[in-house]
Amino acid sequence: MDLMNLTACQLSKKIKSGETKVSEIINEAYKQIDLKEKELNCFITLYEKEEALAKGKKVQELIDKGELTSPIAGVPVVIKDNICTKRKLTTCGSKILNNFVPSYSAEAVTRLEKAGAIIIGKSNMDEFAKGSTTETSYYGITKNPWNKKHVPGGSSGGSCAAVAADMCSFSLGTDTGGSIRQPSSHCGVVGLKPTYGTVSRYGLIAYGSSLDQIGPIGKDVRDCATVLEIISGYDEKDSTSVMRKDCDFTSALSENIQGIKIGVPKDYFAEGLNQEIKEAVIKGIEVLREKGAIVEEFDLGLTEYFIPTYYIIASAEASSNLSRFDGVKYGYRAEEYNGLHNMYKETRGQGFGKETKKRIMLGTFALSSGYYDEYYLKALKARGLIKKKFDDTFKKYDVIIGPVAPTTAPKLGESLKDPLKMYLSDIYTVAANLAGLPAISIPCGMDKNGMPIGMQIMGDCFQEKKIINIAYAYQQAVDQGQIRR
Amino acid sequence: MADKINEKIIEDMAVLAKLKLSKDEIEETKKDMIKMLEYVDKLKELDTENEEPMYQVFSKNNVFRDDVVKNKDDREDILANAPERENDTIVVPKTY
Repeated sequence: MDLMNLTACQLSKKIKSGETKVSEIINEAYKQIDLKEKELNCFITLYEKEEALAKGKKVQELIDKGELTSPIAGVPVVIKDNICTKRKLTTCGSKILNNFVPSYSAEAVTRLEKAGAIIIGKSNMDEFAKGSTTETSYYGITKNPWNKKHVPGGSSGGSCAAVAADMCSFSLGTDTGGSIRQPSSHCGVVGLKPTYGTVSRYGLIAYGSSLDQIGPIGKDVRDCATVLEIISGYDEKDSTSVMRKDCDFTSALSENIQGIKIGVPKDYFAEGLNQEIKEAVIKGIEVLREKGAIVEEFDLGLTEYFIPTYYIIASAEASSNLSRFDGVKYGYRAEEYNGLHNMYKETRGQGFGKETKKRIMLGTFALSSGYYDEYYLKALKARGLIKKKFDDTFKKYDVIIGPVAPTTAPKLGESLKDPLKMYLSDIYTVAANLAGLPAISIPCGMDKNGMPIGMQIMGDCFQEKKIINIAYAYQQAVDQGQIRR
Repeated sequence: MADKINEKIIEDMAVLAKLKLSKDEIEETKKDMIKMLEYVDKLKELDTENEEPMYQVFSKNNVFRDDVVKNKDDREDILANAPERENDTIVVPKTY
C-alpha cells in the first residue's frame, strides 16, 4: 500500500478501521523524506522520527479508545516556518530569527494538534513570506518535486513541495498575495486561502496584517475543506478574527453545481498569459459548464492597478511589522556594534536578506512624511475601489474562475534577475488579499514539459462553500491521474 | 517622483528603517526603488477623490477584552530567547 500517496482523509479512515497504524504512516513519511529531502530542501526544521513516533503512539491510543475521531487524526503534517510552534525553532526563513524558539503555538497549530494531526517539521519559505519562488530563504532554495531545475513557487514553497513529494499528507501555508495558491499551482496540489479573518492569525508572524491568512495545502479538495474546518473559527486572541457560524466547509463537498454562475474575467486571459495555461484553464471551465454551471465572460477592470496597490500596502505593512526585529529581546543580535542605534542597524542590516530589506525600504518610503499621502493613502483608496469592483462582480456571479499564474514554475535563478517581472506574476492572486476574498487553486493540467498548471476559483467574502463545491465537483469529474501524475 | 530618488533619500530611509546598507546595497536599492516607483506611479491614473482609504477589509474598531491574565507562566521560555541575559533580565546596550 502506497500510504503517502493517499489523502489525509483516506489515511485517517484506514487508521480507524485498523488497516494501518499511525506508526506505519510516520515511518513511510520519513522514508520519503530520507529519499528526497536532501535534493528538495523542503524543511528548515525536520523533527526527529522518534519524536514523531512518540506523538503518534499517543494519538493511536486515543483513536483506539474512540476518543479521537477527527477526520485527520494520525496523519503527518508540515507547518510553514512563519507559524509559531511552541518550543520549536521558528525562523520565517530568516537569519534574524535563526535561534528563535516561541513560547507558544499559533492557534491554527493548537487546533490541528487537538485534532490529532502529527507535526513532523517546519517548512522552508521565502524570507518573511516576501517572494514568489522560495529562493530568498536564509536556509537555502527549495526545489520543485516535478522538476528539480525549477522553483516550487513561493512563499509557501516548502509546504507545497512537501505535500507534492508525499513527505506529509497536508501542510499549512500562509497567503498574503498568493503565497498558498501560486506554489500549489506550481506543485500540482490544492491550496486554499480563506476569507480574511476566518483563520486566527494568533501565532502567525505578520507580514501584511490586513492581507495575511493561514490556509491548508493538500492532495485534494476534500482534505483542504476538512483541514480548513478544523483550523477556522473565532479566536479572541486575534482582534481581526471574524465570528463565523458557517465553518462546516465539508458540507459543501457536493458534485452538484447546477445553475451556479461562473464569471470568467477577460482581463485574466489577455496578453502575458502562457498559451498552454490559457487552454488548460478554459478546458477546466468547460468541464464545469458540462456539469451544469452557467459560464459567462465579462470585463473585470482595474486589473492593471492590482499590483501597484498590493505592493505599496504590503511593503508598508511589512516595514512596520518587521520593525520589531531589532536584536533586543530575541533573535539574532550583531556581535559588534557601537551603541544602541548602531546595534539596531547592524543587526537588521546583517539579519535581513536582500529582498526583505528592499521591501522594508519601499514600505518605509511609502509611509514617510511627505510621501504618505501620495503613496500609502493613495493605495488604500485604490484598495477601496478594487473591493467595490469585486462587490459588484459578485452580485452577478457566484464565483470567478481564472488562472493562478501567467507561467508554470520558472527555472531556478530566473525570477530574481527581474524582480519587477516577478512581482507582475502575482497579477491573478493579489486581488483576493486586497479584497479579503476566499480563493482556491486546483490542478487542471500540465504543460508540455510536464509542469503542473493550476486553476483559481475565487468567491465573495465568506463564500468558501461555493468555491469548495465547484472545486470538488471539478475534481470528481476529471481523471486526476491525467491532471496530477 | 521616481526620478527624484537619489542617494540622500535612500540614506534617509535607511535611517528611518534602522538598516545598515553597504555602498553597493544603497546603489542597488536606489535602482530598484526607481523602477518600483515608476511602476506604482500608475496609481495616479485612478480617480480616488471621493474614496475613503480602506485600511482593512472588515472595519472592526476597538476590539476589547477584559484585562485578565490568561497565559501560564512562560517566563523561562521567553528569557531563553534573550541574546544576552543576566539572571532574569535581558542585557542591552545603554540607551543614553
